[in-house]
Amino acid sequence: MTVISNGTNLINNGTLDSGVATGKMTLIKTLTASSSATLSFVDGASSVVLDGTYDSYVFKCINIHPATDNVSFQINFRDGGTNYDATKTTTFFRAFHTEADATGFGYATAVDLAQSTSSQTINWNLGNGNDESGCSTIQLFNPSSTTFVKHFIVRSTDYGEDNSIGDRFIAGYCNVTTAIDGVQFSFSSGNIDSGVIKLYGIGG
Amino acid sequence: MAIISNAVTMADAGAFSVGLGSKVLIKTLTASTSGTLNFVHGASGVVLDSTYPIYKFEFINMHPATNSVGFTVNFRDGGTAYDAVKTTTSFGAYHSESGSESSLNYQTATDLVQSTANQTLNFYNTVNANEADSSISGSLTLFNPSSTVFVKHFMSNVNSMHQDGTSRYSVPSYIAGYNNVTAAIDGVQFAMTSGNIDSGKIKLYGIKDS
Repeated sequence: MTVISNGTNLINNGTLDSGVATGKMTLIKTLTASSSATLSFVDGASSVVLDGTYDSYVFKCINIHPATDNVSFQINFRDGGTNYDATKTTTFFRAFHTEADATGFGYATAVDLAQSTSSQTINWNLGNGNDESGCSTIQLFNPSSTTFVKHFIVRSTDYGEDNSIGDRFIAGYCNVTTAIDGVQFSFSSGNIDSGVIKLYGIGG
Repeated sequence: MAIISNAVTMADAGAFSVGLGSKVLIKTLTASTSGTLNFVHGASGVVLDSTYPIYKFEFINMHPATNSVGFTVNFRDGGTAYDAVKTTTSFGAYHSESGSESSLNYQTATDLVQSTANQTLNFYNTVNANEADSSISGSLTLFNPSSTVFVKHFMSNVNSMHQDGTSRYSVPSYIAGYNNVTAAIDGVQFAMTSGNIDSGKIKLYGIKDS
């Protein structure tokens, strides 16, 4: 049956008509931390899609709160097998402003990576006070490519353990030509006390 | 005729009344040894007018045919030439895979001042064709291109793999600027600084405001 409104086809044969404009930012999965050691998104598990279905994927991390004070929120990638250990080269620069009015801006060699399998810091030196947390957006491009390295771009902000705002700019690539089929978030120490991470597929 | 379900109007006057998402795919162009990739309002299904207040281009693995080139954008503000006058900023960072080099800096070589030239989006201009796994990915956001009152702001953020000799680097670039015109922008063109775009995909989205 076709559903027609004002002479325009809206629904046809059980799907939206091809002329109906729909959004191309599709919520795939929401994970909510509750004293969680890690939060993992794995293609094919728990309804997660992380393959060639979409051109890029966006993670939105909302109010990520650590159980431990002065720790860093991190991301890592799976490029085969079950380990999150894809080799990465990355950059990290940031601005900060403390509540005592100290400011800074610059590159941070302490938290970039050079051909490393270690996790990449997203939120740096987070506090665990009740109102302290970090938020971020991570875009991962074409993770299923077996030709190109896998670029990712991050912008994050956090309430630091020294009572400061941090504005973080991170980018890099997984220097592998195997597909990335899993992404894992964790803290450098201790659990993710609370917070929400949403995975969206873009395009497709 | 309205379509009403459980007292909720789902559609009326030929359009859905309920939200169907705000990031609407307008057009996908796929490079295949292409000199340029052009998005022109009214051509090939492209919309680039007041239909949306914001337009976003997303670049997926743009790979050049020629070594040591940049990926560029330019804008059409009337006529057929991509030559809108622009003033822009360009900064970014780099980090070598060896870990021995890293920096954050402004790049005067790739900013523009009242120029009609193409704007380079990867500020070191050096993505290599002979690196099969090398490419540029990222996005460019163009605000209110159809305005005839304001200049047309745009912002871009890409990451690229850069090669210099035997060294390879991760290079994020942050570009922003405005087309210093009050004529509408009705076309956007992407090209390499030299040679073709060997492969890659550019997607144009419209961002709804209601």
